[in-house]
Amino acid sequence: MKPFGYLDGLVAPLDRPNVDTDAIIPKQFLKSIRRSGFGPNLFDEWRYLDHGEPGMDNSKRQLNPDFVLNFPRYRGAQILLARENFGCGSSREHAPWALEDYGFRAIIAPSFADIFYNNCFKNGLLPIVLDAKIVDRLFLETSGKDGYRLAIDLEKQVVVTPSGEAIGFEVDAFRKHCLIEGLDDIGLTLVHGDEIRAFEDRHRGAQPWLFIGNEK
Amino acid sequence: MKARNLYDKLWDSHVVREEKDGTALLYIDRHLVHEVTSPQAFEGLRLAGRKPWRTGSVLAVADHNVPTTGREGGIRDAVSRLQVETLDSNCADYGILEFRMNDLRQGIVHVVGPEQGATLPGMTVVCGDSHTSTHGAFAALAFGIGTSEVEHVLATQCLLGKKSKSMRIAVEGKLGRDVTAKDIALYIIGKIGTAGGTGHAIEFSGSAVSALSMEGRMTLCNMAIEAGARAGMVAVDEKTIEYFRGRPFSPKGELWEAACNYWRTLKSDEGAHFDATVTIDAAEIRPQVTWGTSPEMVVAIDGAVPDPKNFSDPVKRQGMERALAYMGLSPNQKIEEIAVDKIFIGSCTNSRIEDLRAAANVVKGRHVAKNIKLAMVVPGSGLVKSQAEKEGLDRVFLEAGFEWREPGCSMCLAMNDDRLSPGERCASTSNRNFEGRQGQGGRTHLVSPELAAAAAIAGHFVDPGRLS
Ligand code: SF4
Repeated sequence: MKPFGYLDGLVAPLDRPNVDTDAIIPKQFLKSIRRSGFGPNLFDEWRYLDHGEPGMDNSKRQLNPDFVLNFPRYRGAQILLARENFGCGSSREHAPWALEDYGFRAIIAPSFADIFYNNCFKNGLLPIVLDAKIVDRLFLETSGKDGYRLAIDLEKQVVVTPSGEAIGFEVDAFRKHCLIEGLDDIGLTLVHGDEIRAFEDRHRGAQPWLFIGNEK
Repeated sequence: MKARNLYDKLWDSHVVREEKDGTALLYIDRHLVHEVTSPQAFEGLRLAGRKPWRTGSVLAVADHNVPTTGREGGIRDAVSRLQVETLDSNCADYGILEFRMNDLRQGIVHVVGPEQGATLPGMTVVCGDSHTSTHGAFAALAFGIGTSEVEHVLATQCLLGKKSKSMRIAVEGKLGRDVTAKDIALYIIGKIGTAGGTGHAIEFSGSAVSALSMEGRMTLCNMAIEAGARAGMVAVDEKTIEYFRGRPFSPKGELWEAACNYWRTLKSDEGAHFDATVTIDAAEIRPQVTWGTSPEMVVAIDGAVPDPKNFSDPVKRQGMERALAYMGLSPNQKIEEIAVDKIFIGSCTNSRIEDLRAAANVVKGRHVAKNIKLAMVVPGSGLVKSQAEKEGLDRVFLEAGFEWREPGCSMCLAMNDDRLSPGERCASTSNRNFEGRQGQGGRTHLVSPELAAAAAIAGHFVDPGRLS
């Protein structure tokens, strides 16, 4: 998992409430045997004019010029500005996989669906909850100015606007630690690698037959 | 020392470390892998630049997607083929032992593990598949995991988790004629419900369970998950030990003796605590047939489809009405009057040699009824298949009008070409009768191999003892 410390990124506004995970990544793409490569199909039904299926050459498909992420000014955005209850619906981990693969590192919204919120942290994405009024203002500022950027300092737990205003946000201390260090569950477990190895040695001593068979 | 139950012993002997809140890091001895739930895990490993912690603990086999006929030509369906090829290349890349599709040892992962001795008493066994509970028959702590956890185990040889509660289900007494492990499992689920074991690890015990063969115990533990429990288990006895003598992965020589001594301790201590206990009188159990779309919707072969009118709980009544509509059955219809279209003998529940012998015994010298569109036997593994052929069971089935197929999951979940058409009714030895499980609109009745075989001959459900 990529560590997340400080980010100064372009902001893209997605002005709809209740964006569900099926909209984020439609179900036909779940047949994939991969965890990466979902980026080109992020928001597939909104982003393209035709119906998407796995295996299509997405570069040949016609983009929907009215969909906000297709506006040239938002190309390369790393921060998604969203409305309430973002990520509701099915628990598919493919949704954060797709957002991350597309290039987003943080999502700002007044509220998130629970499972999606949890899944984000597992995949190096930072979901930030801000007051609805502040989010309203950020929407206005983003659409009012080309190249609008925000700075996110996870260590200090602040979002900093171009005018220098610092907006504080909450995040669970343990999750913050994992994100800053780039630790996923696996990374966390591997911190105890020596303990695992020591256990393994004792275990092998007590029940050596568990280590025969196809052992190299 | 405090009296401990079998689950306590298995758990305690695998805890690497434990947090204050009870979250434990549990060491995993055996990791079984199949093609459907592993590709993203391997990819995650690769993207993070990690390697499997201990490749020797991993055994892989493709089973869900493989065709059961015409394998020489490879897999025709492109999506299935890609999944299987992905498993092949992941195993090749990381040096993981895999039984490929045309290997004699290939088969359903839960049949293959014990058959090879890759599952042993006292192990923790995981697989990205809920029916991993099967392996608990050998006094192993075995449970299914998700794709993220598959990756976690590959990378760390451990899993994070909290201990479940414990439940003992004691089945006491002698089983009646034609009553099998499958009937015990279905009967228990009918009694405690599909959520009856939720949050628990179940130990099956009692004289009727001790009397079961190892294969019967596997059938029983296989369906623990259908009772809501992630793990089911049975204590070690001499049958358990005999089962492993001479298997490819079993210890040999001095190690064998040492292992046996340890294995004999794998049972609940006298007076050990259980969070819940259920006692069942074996004599009450009749051969079972499910009538609905959940394994708990089950009655005895000589019974009738229940009438929702007799149930006061509106949620339950609605569920029954919906199930009856889907199944195309009416209240009070006698089970023995329900005609079937297809017969499936197979799956990780009932595809081992004993199951095939039991079914062959019923069909021997008889012929499949005219109304049966397809009766198929899908052995659990290549080795089961070849053993059956040595015993001439294939000829018994073929002469009776059955098809004799190559090993795999097949019509248990219809991921390959073996499936029901809408409205078709199947007597199936598998474990799930959910809507659409065996094909969109397909109607599944879960039964033992004996009952499936008898239904094939009669064309409808019938007590095998009443076959003319
Ligand atoms: S036989 Fe059926 S239940 Fe068993 S592993 Fe295969 S698909 Fe799952």
